Amino acid sequence: MNIEKHLKKLIIKKPLKLDCGKTIKDFPIAYETYGSLNSKKDNAILVFHALTGDQFVTGLNPITKKEGWWSYAVGPDKAIDTNKYFVICSNVIGGCMGSYGPSHKDPENNKVFGKNFPVITINDIVNAQYNLLEHFGIDKLFSITGGSMGGMQVLQFISNFPDKCKTVIPIATTSSHSAQNIALNELGRQAITADTNWKDGNYISEKTNPAKGLAVARMAAHITYLSKKGLQEKFGRKLQEREDLKFGFDADFQIESYLRYQGSVFVDRFDANSYLYITRAMDYFDLARQFKGSLSGAFKKTKAKFFIISFTSDWLYPTQENKDIVIALNSIGADVGFVEIESDKGHDSFLLDIPEFLNALKNFLDKSYNN
Amino acid sequence: MKNEFKVIANLIERDKKVLDVGCADGTLMKYLKENKNIDVRGLEISKDKVQDCISKGLTVIEGNAEKDLSQFPNKSFDYVVLNQTLQAFLNPELVLNELLRVGKKAIVTIPNFGYWKVRFHLLFKGTMPITKILPDEWYNTPNLHMCTIKDFFYFVKSRDIKIFKSLALDNLNTSVINEKNLGVKNLFADLGIFLIEK
Repeated sequence: MNIEKHLKKLIIKKPLKLDCGKTIKDFPIAYETYGSLNSKKDNAILVFHALTGDQFVTGLNPITKKEGWWSYAVGPDKAIDTNKYFVICSNVIGGCMGSYGPSHKDPENNKVFGKNFPVITINDIVNAQYNLLEHFGIDKLFSITGGSMGGMQVLQFISNFPDKCKTVIPIATTSSHSAQNIALNELGRQAITADTNWKDGNYISEKTNPAKGLAVARMAAHITYLSKKGLQEKFGRKLQEREDLKFGFDADFQIESYLRYQGSVFVDRFDANSYLYITRAMDYFDLARQFKGSLSGAFKKTKAKFFIISFTSDWLYPTQENKDIVIALNSIGADVGFVEIESDKGHDSFLLDIPEFLNALKNFLDKSYNN
Repeated sequence: MKNEFKVIANLIERDKKVLDVGCADGTLMKYLKENKNIDVRGLEISKDKVQDCISKGLTVIEGNAEKDLSQFPNKSFDYVVLNQTLQAFLNPELVLNELLRVGKKAIVTIPNFGYWKVRFHLLFKGTMPITKILPDEWYNTPNLHMCTIKDFFYFVKSRDIKIFKSLALDNLNTSVINEKNLGVKNLFADLGIFLIEK
């Protein structure tokens, strides 16, 4: 599939020193925009995508031919109203939707990077994305937002560029990956690398694909995005197109069939090595550690207005971890609002049509913009 | 807008930083922000009311005053307001101490259980009093620790808390409470408003 014609790319000439010590330059960032930048250039919102997201936030994703990942929240007259705001989203570096990543060729030897791509961090990811501001001539963003790993980028971005955003909206996120988060990511990585088709990361040049491993990683991760109650209500013990148990290992239960399907569609759109690199970036994320153990230190220099949103049934990045960010902000007198949205849809709630969430997001943005 | 909001607002100078604990739908916050240029934050436990505040463009934190005041540094607000809520906490003394720690000053209002209508209700009807500011039945009231203006006045004194101003509110009439008229005010005011500091 020729995806290139659908991708807008910015080539970053300026060298970027990564946390691992390596420097990259002349690398692409693939991005998409929605709405239009006004003449004052004060209506731009930078949206950060989550682990398996991409720059195609809303409308039809030209690659997957499915709705963009945040179609409920972003679009004309929606919470993030593209009639009013100019929305920018870029594929993270390490990703596989056009931005510099492990499926690209190493300019030094013209071979596909594979696991020779440098290990990147959330800090590297946002530093790369900062170049978009210069590209569009935006001095100050109206807002930055994102859920999950998108929220981590929000926190890192405002920490790195404290005077570049008016409002800051981290959603369903954390300031530091917990042992449980790391454990779950490690499970996914092990599934990928255990697939013999992974070929020590060289599956592209060896013309194989660790699809089984990547699918298992996705299945495991997908469970963490839902809640026990949500799963029980949707699937329960319902059987998949059969009257009774078959006494075998085919998908007897609907939940099994659903997970297998989620795994199989995922491998068509995602690169296994990107999955390794991006989950690693999440695991390395610990914002307080960058400030001698004080999370407040990350926000000391900013005057931005924060609004933090969590969901009751999110056990991946639970309310308390979101509240820890609120506490860190309050302890330095920052302007911070916080709301926990009632939902039994688990971590995925931020992607779904939950009116209380979308209304809160819309009201916060619109009132802050008019002020 | 509730009668006491203007009285509370009059106790606060322009351009100050205020925390409204139990800010409900944000009516007082909005008034303070628009009329006195106050940098105002709210803490509210009800999800619906938090949404109301957000729709007014107010900065609100969803939370429980008994647990969540601890995150604010000492004296980080010029004023902390607690309107008609002290009696609803499991441990009002702890909350009061927290208000006085977080705020340089605190404004606390007390629905007065010594109000004559309350006393008459109990005396003649023999059932738990229901009035305009105490509208709930005994079985569904959020109020756990009702007190009178007199109770609160003596309580504050006994804890070495300084009273800057104490006002009695009887419908729309405001008057000053002092040690001499305490008995009378305790009978005729339905709400006591105290500006205190520790």
